Amino acid sequence: MNTPILQMRGITKTFPGVKALQDVTLDVNRGEVHAICGENGAGKSTLMKVLSGVYPHNSFDGDILFENEPCNFSSINDSEKRGIVIIHQELALSPYLSIAENIYLGNEQAKNGWVDWRKTNLEAAKLLARVGLSENPITPVQHISVGKQQLVEIAKALSKEVKLLILDEPTAALNDEDSGHLLDLILHLKGQGITSIIISHKLNEIRKVADAVTIIRDGKTIETLRLHEGQITQERIIRGMVGRDLESLYPDREPKIGEEVLRIEDWSVRHPQDHTRMVVHNASLNVRKGEVVGLAGLMGAGRTELAMSVFGRTYGTAMSGKVYKYGKEINTSTVSQAIGHGIAYATEDRKHYGLNLIEDIQRNISMAALRKLVKGGWVDKNRETVVANGYRKSMNIKAPSVAAITGKLSGGNQQKVVLSKWMFSDPDVLILDEPTRGIDVGAKFEIYTIIARLAAEGKAVIVISSELPELLGICDRIYTLSAGHITGEVPIAEASQETLMHYMTQEKE
Amino acid sequence: MSALRESLGFLTSRLRQVGIFVALILIVLLFQVLTNGILLEPQNVTNLVVQNSYILILAIGMVMVIIAGHIDLSVGSIAGFIGAVAGVMMVHWGWAWWLAIPACLLVGALVGAWQGYWIAYVGIPAFIVTLAGMLIFRGLTLITLKNQQITPFPSELRALGGGFLPDISGGTSVLEWLTVILGVGATVALLIQALKERRIRKKFDLENEPMAWFVTKTTFVALLMLIITFLLASYRGTPIVLIVLAVLVIVYTALMNNSVFGRHTYAIGGNLHAAELSGVKTKAVTFRLFVNMGVLAALAGLVFTARLNSAQPAGGTGFELDSIAAAFIGGAAVQGGIGTVAGAMIGGLIMGVLNNGMSILGLGTDYQQLIKGLVLLLAVGFDIFNKNRSGGGGSTIGKRFKFRTSPPATSESHAPAGTKDHAKDRPVPVSAVKPE
Repeated sequence: MNTPILQMRGITKTFPGVKALQDVTLDVNRGEVHAICGENGAGKSTLMKVLSGVYPHNSFDGDILFENEPCNFSSINDSEKRGIVIIHQELALSPYLSIAENIYLGNEQAKNGWVDWRKTNLEAAKLLARVGLSENPITPVQHISVGKQQLVEIAKALSKEVKLLILDEPTAALNDEDSGHLLDLILHLKGQGITSIIISHKLNEIRKVADAVTIIRDGKTIETLRLHEGQITQERIIRGMVGRDLESLYPDREPKIGEEVLRIEDWSVRHPQDHTRMVVHNASLNVRKGEVVGLAGLMGAGRTELAMSVFGRTYGTAMSGKVYKYGKEINTSTVSQAIGHGIAYATEDRKHYGLNLIEDIQRNISMAALRKLVKGGWVDKNRETVVANGYRKSMNIKAPSVAAITGKLSGGNQQKVVLSKWMFSDPDVLILDEPTRGIDVGAKFEIYTIIARLAAEGKAVIVISSELPELLGICDRIYTLSAGHITGEVPIAEASQETLMHYMTQEKE
Repeated sequence: MSALRESLGFLTSRLRQVGIFVALILIVLLFQVLTNGILLEPQNVTNLVVQNSYILILAIGMVMVIIAGHIDLSVGSIAGFIGAVAGVMMVHWGWAWWLAIPACLLVGALVGAWQGYWIAYVGIPAFIVTLAGMLIFRGLTLITLKNQQITPFPSELRALGGGFLPDISGGTSVLEWLTVILGVGATVALLIQALKERRIRKKFDLENEPMAWFVTKTTFVALLMLIITFLLASYRGTPIVLIVLAVLVIVYTALMNNSVFGRHTYAIGGNLHAAELSGVKTKAVTFRLFVNMGVLAALAGLVFTARLNSAQPAGGTGFELDSIAAAFIGGAAVQGGIGTVAGAMIGGLIMGVLNNGMSILGLGTDYQQLIKGLVLLLAVGFDIFNKNRSGGGGSTIGKRFKFRTSPPATSESHAPAGTKDHAKDRPVPVSAVKPE
């Protein structure tokens, strides 16, 4: 049983300026379920893209042996021909096509160029039976639940005679029942001799299905744990995932914490399309003057959804709960009301939600508080430039002038423009969603310094981040979210990566 | 030497704005030669202004709608419909012009509000709503007119289409003096304003345009204004509609550059989500843009009807296409977020000069349409070509240089910066690397 099906040796993948993978080794045995664990950004998905040919064979260093033969894939098609199929986190199904059409998309059951519908639907029905899905193959995919769509993806993989199935966070969007069903299916397929690689954050799932776990951290293989050697334990996985020292990457600060500024009580949000899905359950939290509060949680825990639903209901439906500022209930149901109450939300996705990339720096900075620049009915453009120049200096935005187009700036400088924009709106509460995502180390330190300065000025700051060291480095208090529940509130003195990870992976009944 | 290089660098950075202007001048010179000087004869210049005024009025509203990322296909039908309404009000009911004109503008606003409601609050794409509007208001035009034209209109309205400011010299002088006074006055005002602006910027310690460029540009514009003044003054003076148009251009340029509303328009066209998350009331802005478009379409309809002295069932047909073409030739971006009122005016004039020049040459509408179509295609094609190679607003020459010397590894130098989509193409230092 211990014959290797896949060997990846010395995989190194470099992006301009960053080593995403360094000398990674991965050994997968035939017929096992192999889990890959690591923090957000550790390099798991990059590794899978290397394996499946998304990154062609000459774009990285190292060797891949599949069934003892070298692989030189230049596209996904090549890897699929060898029986390696990857199912991505975001499902790649076409919502208006039927289940059968989706299964055979790009691989149509055709005779002389004409689709053989009888064969398509019959074969699809057989595949659906194999994955335990009792749906009519002609049902449009948009009419079945996300959990079932996931099964359709697997049926599609089976139609390609898959030998190695790669699942990237397959249960991230599923409820418990669907997740359980999916995990059972993976074990069932294992019985049929199909090897699986599963990327997951959820440790209880891993313990349920995995025969081996490879831990990746900062683009390097840490270790591979084997079930039969009794190595797969939650503690060991967590230690492997986070086991790095906190370096002095963070500015020193002396928190001066005052009265409570913002309090959110019993906040619940439902998914905007799927109204039966609760994305945030009765979350309560507060933040005080001069305090930096962290919001930790894994992918899909509902951090951004919580923040955006409070900030002008920009996410979700059927919100319930109350928001208080200085002890008085406030209404934040539109963005301008939220801004009016002194709340600012800097998005995690600055390119799509934060900046007007075709516009210059000064106009981006003034956007959220343009009315402050109005004199006699008109925007005072000279003062606008003066204001923007002020932020360019104080935030150290590296650009030739404030008339530079923001789309041409580096990630760090774009982030500083976003922060400037919100600082100009003069908020009491700043919610910063992944403020250092996509930013190099030097600029990260600058952002931390700015956060520390904001707190010192008496602002209340909430930082949402996937990087635990970052939260530990800059926060005074950290809330953890798991599957929409607040599972913990940890003062910084008691916080460690292990305790946070424990709360973040905890599931509330 | 460095001053020259500085100016040159600045010029290339403004290539798009300058380029379209230069293109207009070249086209004017070309037709001036081809028509043996007829194009710039005083009478023809006056004609050019009056003939194109309603397209230019529409182009103002159109470029604003396009900047916000929408489109309006219904303006021709709305203009025709308002012509019909004006006919009923003024000819059938005998309303005075001071009552009928505001009433027509109000109807235009209501029409705009109707379309704006469906677009902004219901969320139907503007293309669909205004395509429907194109049919709806053409139908209403035919119904209102009972398929017959209404004519003649009172002289007060006709003055809006073909009237001139009164001749204070009593028709004895070679030059019409009121026009000269207005023209010279406007030129002086422009110069003073430009200098004042420069001084203020210096006071605030803000960067200014290079001196050489400032002088060249201002002198050139001033000269141009004086030449046009001279040409108009040697015929019948200032067309009333030119005054209307000038006021509109000034007001709307200020509105788009210096008002909260204008800024919000650029913001929603540039990145709708970012604008929304910055507290911009995107629906209200969109709604108002279409109300405004309705009012301007009504005004254009009045001017057109006044000029023809009749409200016609087919009045305004095809205006939407001319005004959309004007906006795009004038540098507006199809994806929204980019464009200027001044650019749309130049674009409209390019179309107008082409029309007028080719008519003088005796080319039929067949060739006119062919050539106008090609010009539109080339203008926008040039724009995209230019963007691809320069990466947006920066110096073209500098970028080209960098293009050759930089290592080919990064796709950054190929990414069309300054376009909406490049956000996706551009390599992101870390986040792309860590796609979880």
